[in-house]
Amino acid sequence: MENAGLMTIIISAILVNNFTMSRFLGICPFIGMSKKVETALGMGLAVTFVMSMASTFTYFANKYLLIPHNMGYLKTVMFILIIASLVQFVEIVLKKILPSLYQALGVFLPLITTNCAVLGVTLMNEQFGFNLIKSVVHATAAALGFTLAIVLFAFIREGMETNDIPEPFHGFPIALITASLISFAFLGFSGMV
Amino acid sequence: MDLTNLIWPVGSLSVMGIVFGAALAYASQKFEVAVDNRVEAIDAILPQANCGACGYPGCASYAEAVVGGEVVSLCSVGGAPVTAKIAKIMGVDNVDEAKRMVAKVKCMGGNNCIDDAVYEGLEGCLAKTFVAGGPKSCKYGCLGDGDCVDVCEFDALHINELGVAQVDPDNCVGCTLCVAACPKHLIEMVPDSCRVHVLCKNEELGGHVKKNCSVACIGCKLCEKACKFDAIHVIDNLARIDYDKCTNCMACVKVCPTKAIEGILPQKKVLDAVESA
Repeated sequence: MENAGLMTIIISAILVNNFTMSRFLGICPFIGMSKKVETALGMGLAVTFVMSMASTFTYFANKYLLIPHNMGYLKTVMFILIIASLVQFVEIVLKKILPSLYQALGVFLPLITTNCAVLGVTLMNEQFGFNLIKSVVHATAAALGFTLAIVLFAFIREGMETNDIPEPFHGFPIALITASLISFAFLGFSGMV
Repeated sequence: MDLTNLIWPVGSLSVMGIVFGAALAYASQKFEVAVDNRVEAIDAILPQANCGACGYPGCASYAEAVVGGEVVSLCSVGGAPVTAKIAKIMGVDNVDEAKRMVAKVKCMGGNNCIDDAVYEGLEGCLAKTFVAGGPKSCKYGCLGDGDCVDVCEFDALHINELGVAQVDPDNCVGCTLCVAACPKHLIEMVPDSCRVHVLCKNEELGGHVKKNCSVACIGCKLCEKACKFDAIHVIDNLARIDYDKCTNCMACVKVCPTKAIEGILPQKKVLDAVESA
């Protein structure tokens, strides 16, 4: 992965190794925020913003703090610290500048703090040995992949509102089955990169 | 183990924690959104039904709007007691006490209305509406599958013996959830004090309407002529009542040839009580 081109990284992160559908990261907001296309899109954009910011900050923390001082074992703790602070900051700013988006995202914004997709992308950047540009591109593409998956899912869930679903499958069961079927669809991309 | 090995890990994490903490504290000051404590107090009084009847997305947003100058009487779920409490917090007189609004299903079709077709498929008014407007010959009529009954959280809607939805005004809190749920747009908010309603929404010409439904408004204008208060008018072949002018005199109810105008006699309850006593 270290020598992969930018295009390869983008395609890989959006389609082939889609964070939600192939790596199964960020499932909580994927299920929780996908009832309406509008909020799903908002969540996707929030994740995109946080992930690209987080990968920038963690890249510098990793390069100038962890590696020179041989503290690789601290990366999980330190990345969580950085991401948590970042999300808090975004939340404060969002509340002031975009109250409507803040209301729409509600409790799920703080949840990005512990969203495994965000931590996952930073750890993967480090693991793949990406440089700064590749890290940010990978994070943004991964977040766009997440947005794609959650928005597609939201469209389907909105469509299911009027469907005649057998009683035992109402609500979450049918949502999980749908998610698994979308996951199958993404499986079709495997082996491309 | 050399203790100096601990300096960098412990030091760097601590410094980062302190710096980030300070930055967040600064940001929360700088980007502070002034929250009026009256907002929380009003939010605590509101019923938390989050139904949206007040015109705001939820109770919290209505609480904010009230502090921002919105009138205090919009919460129909809480009714007068809640309005009084909010008025007290805001220090205003509860002057514009809202008329209690209740939902009214404007159709009496049901069994009085013939079916054009036999419908087989998904149950539900919405699903039926998608298929050529449903099986009823009257394209305005209640389908009786109870989409409105399903959304009502206050047990105020039931399908009556005619096969049309009917609102129980005693239970109705005026949350308007059913108004949005009806695919035929048959449900309207009306003042609870008003006793006279045209229970038909059909705007087709009279002769055609009469073939399909025995209790439909045929637009004959007899009610318009009978009304002494200029409160009822036939517009687009359908009688419509101006609730601001209606005095519940029942003149229109008496002359309506198809009995499409419902008049609930206010003294009926009293009479029943007298008879049973």
